[in-house]
Amino acid sequence: MPQNEHIELHRKRHGRRFDHYEKQKKKEGRLPHILSKKAQTLRGIKAKLYNKRRQNEKIQMKKTIKSHEEKETKQRQEVPEGALPAYLLDREKQSRAKILSNTIKQKRKEKAGKWDVPIPKVKAVSEAEVFRVVQSGKRRKKAWKRLVTKPCFVGEGFTRKPPKYERFIRPMALRFTKAHVTHPELKATFQLPIIGVKKNPSSPLYTSLGVITKGTVLEVNVSELGMVTQGGKVVWGKYAQVTNHPENDGCINAVLLV
Amino acid sequence: MTMRSHPPPIINEHQPKVVHPDRPTQTAWLSLFKRIVKNANTRYGLLWLTGGLLFCLFASDKAVLSQFQLENGTLLGGPVEIPLTVNLRQLNSITNGLAQVQEGAAAADTNEPVPYSFYIDEIEIKESLEKYFEEQANKQIFEKTLNIVCVPKARFQVIPVERCTATIEGHLEAITVLQFSPNGKLLASGSGDTTVRFWDLNTQTPFDEYGRAHRHWILCLSWAPNGKMVASSCKQGLIGLWIGATGKQHGTKLLSGHRQWINSLSWQPLHLNGSCRLLASGSKDTTIKIWDTHLFKTVFTLSGHTASVTCVKWGGQNLLYSASQDRTIKVWRTTDGVLCRTLEGHAHWVNTLALSTDYVIRTGAYEPSKERASDEYDHLDESTLQTLASERYEKVYKLFDTNGGERLVSGSDDFTLYLWKPETDKKPLARMTGHQQLINDVKFSPDTRLLASASFDKSIKLWSSRTGAFLSTLRGHVQAVYQIAWSADSRLLVSGSADSTLKVWNIEKRCLLFDLPGHADEIYAVDYSPDGQKVASGGKDKVLKLWRR
Repeated sequence: MPQNEHIELHRKRHGRRFDHYEKQKKKEGRLPHILSKKAQTLRGIKAKLYNKRRQNEKIQMKKTIKSHEEKETKQRQEVPEGALPAYLLDREKQSRAKILSNTIKQKRKEKAGKWDVPIPKVKAVSEAEVFRVVQSGKRRKKAWKRLVTKPCFVGEGFTRKPPKYERFIRPMALRFTKAHVTHPELKATFQLPIIGVKKNPSSPLYTSLGVITKGTVLEVNVSELGMVTQGGKVVWGKYAQVTNHPENDGCINAVLLV
Repeated sequence: MTMRSHPPPIINEHQPKVVHPDRPTQTAWLSLFKRIVKNANTRYGLLWLTGGLLFCLFASDKAVLSQFQLENGTLLGGPVEIPLTVNLRQLNSITNGLAQVQEGAAAADTNEPVPYSFYIDEIEIKESLEKYFEEQANKQIFEKTLNIVCVPKARFQVIPVERCTATIEGHLEAITVLQFSPNGKLLASGSGDTTVRFWDLNTQTPFDEYGRAHRHWILCLSWAPNGKMVASSCKQGLIGLWIGATGKQHGTKLLSGHRQWINSLSWQPLHLNGSCRLLASGSKDTTIKIWDTHLFKTVFTLSGHTASVTCVKWGGQNLLYSASQDRTIKVWRTTDGVLCRTLEGHAHWVNTLALSTDYVIRTGAYEPSKERASDEYDHLDESTLQTLASERYEKVYKLFDTNGGERLVSGSDDFTLYLWKPETDKKPLARMTGHQQLINDVKFSPDTRLLASASFDKSIKLWSSRTGAFLSTLRGHVQAVYQIAWSADSRLLVSGSADSTLKVWNIEKRCLLFDLPGHADEIYAVDYSPDGQKVASGGKDKVLKLWRR
């Protein structure tokens, strides 16, 4: 083992022998013969150790060769199982076991009275958020009027009560008539007129006022979509649940409850 | 022998045989009427008519003045006075006589009488006029002329299939599509193991050579109307062409161009082009491509749909109808690929389309009612085949309307069907509701008078194709009905369903005829051979079953 770099220095300064690379290649070519001779002539414990080491090397070599071969050959892609005809491709087929359990679950739900809604739990909106106190009276001391600060829906034939007796003021700027309703299966959104507010989950007071917040169930006019019942009658009203915060966005986005 | 050349027995076998000693026999009636009608146009025509009328009046107690007419409104002769007790057999002879007299020398090949069924105000006359008036209590009209509509039935009768004659294995995965060739001699099937196989129907074994060029499930199969080539499409969006008689591939490469799987294939009808060159394909990538199969190139790419195209049909007037999951049906002109019309109305995906001229376009020049030598069509050249096909097409095209009109029916996921006249109107003719689940398959009967729709609600509904009126429901399956097929004489319907049974229905009586169990798993594809002899079915259990009588 050289103590200093004088060999490397010499190589850098003077280069190598002219036939160096040729000799190196030939030496490498002789290597298998030498190794096999060694393997054949070794005896005893040395032989055992050597054979074990050699076997591991050979296994590694075979693996790399195989992986190279695989990369070169064009692989035929595996065809998945469960072939379906064209008309069943876009449909999710329920397995038969699931159908049974689904019917049992449906029966249980009907008994309990719980219904499936896309947004089941909504944070309740407090009265302080929805209403703002409007002071009235000659000395601005009376505080029985409230101004609604969230979007709401009033019917078509709505006329205000006489302003002196109005307790809840619903400003015109916050009255909405249309909602952007998404059909969950078709993944298409339509702008449909609202027929009414069915239920506001925070409070029945909001339902009667027509206040629309996230999670409110609305009734929308779906005659545009052209749906028909089993009896052949045209469906023109369906429920939809609001999915955004309309007071922040300025529009009502809802998902249709099919 | 499934086809008889004499008229089939009329349905109600137990007719009362009224033999009146004074009344002239049936043939005498026929000749009498013939003479009356023939001489109606001569100088003494009126005399003949009145004489005939008087004779009728004296010969029977009650008589009605009636006018026979065809479905498209053409009248068969003038008003005729017929007694009330006339039964179906006699009505048939009268109509045949009138039709012959009207057509005269032109109807040289109609030596065999055509069986007719008779309708007054859309209600069928079952046994005799008397019975009809008994049932329709408030319709006794003796002063006005009665309009009797004569509907010709198929001259041959198909014997229903009863038993499975062969269960042939061969495919390694579920069979997804099946189709008989237009002359009913060859059968091609595609499956999930990426192969297209051809089956020899005489020995009921598969051919040696079979189509291995595809790399994914075969989704769609279509025979060219000249019966020589088959086009198949796979889930990777490639189309392969095969030669039907041998099973070898036509050309070396597959037609590629679509980016997602192809849902439907449709050839150009034979009467438009005798060489069967153009093929239309609708794919999930929302485009429709028209291919030239001789040059292996795309001719047109029709884009316009915004969701997957589920069905394409090449109509007989060079219009292409395409149904899509974006709830619309678009009508395109195939000569230059321009969109003509968009038919809107459905509320959910449109799954299937059916054209009234489907059967005629499918069979092309081959006429199943005439027994011809098996290779007679091979000797005919393209232009003769084209003229034969267009003759057959014109007859069906002008059936309900002398100006002609193709009808289109679309079945959708919104549980309804719409009847359209797509060449003229953007608005539907009728909306057919009643199903409780999505509709998977709709088919017109070969004589285009009836419509059958199969739905996932386990029932099949029959509708009148002229008005869209509901006729009846066929119940019997216990799971979703996937595919239906009509027999060539429009009297039988076979349906395959997810409950692994096939059912054969008698359409005249609107009831179940035979139940054909035997498959081990769901049946995905059913086809009735165009000559009415065999039914083939295949499904998830990987075997192909052939059924005969």
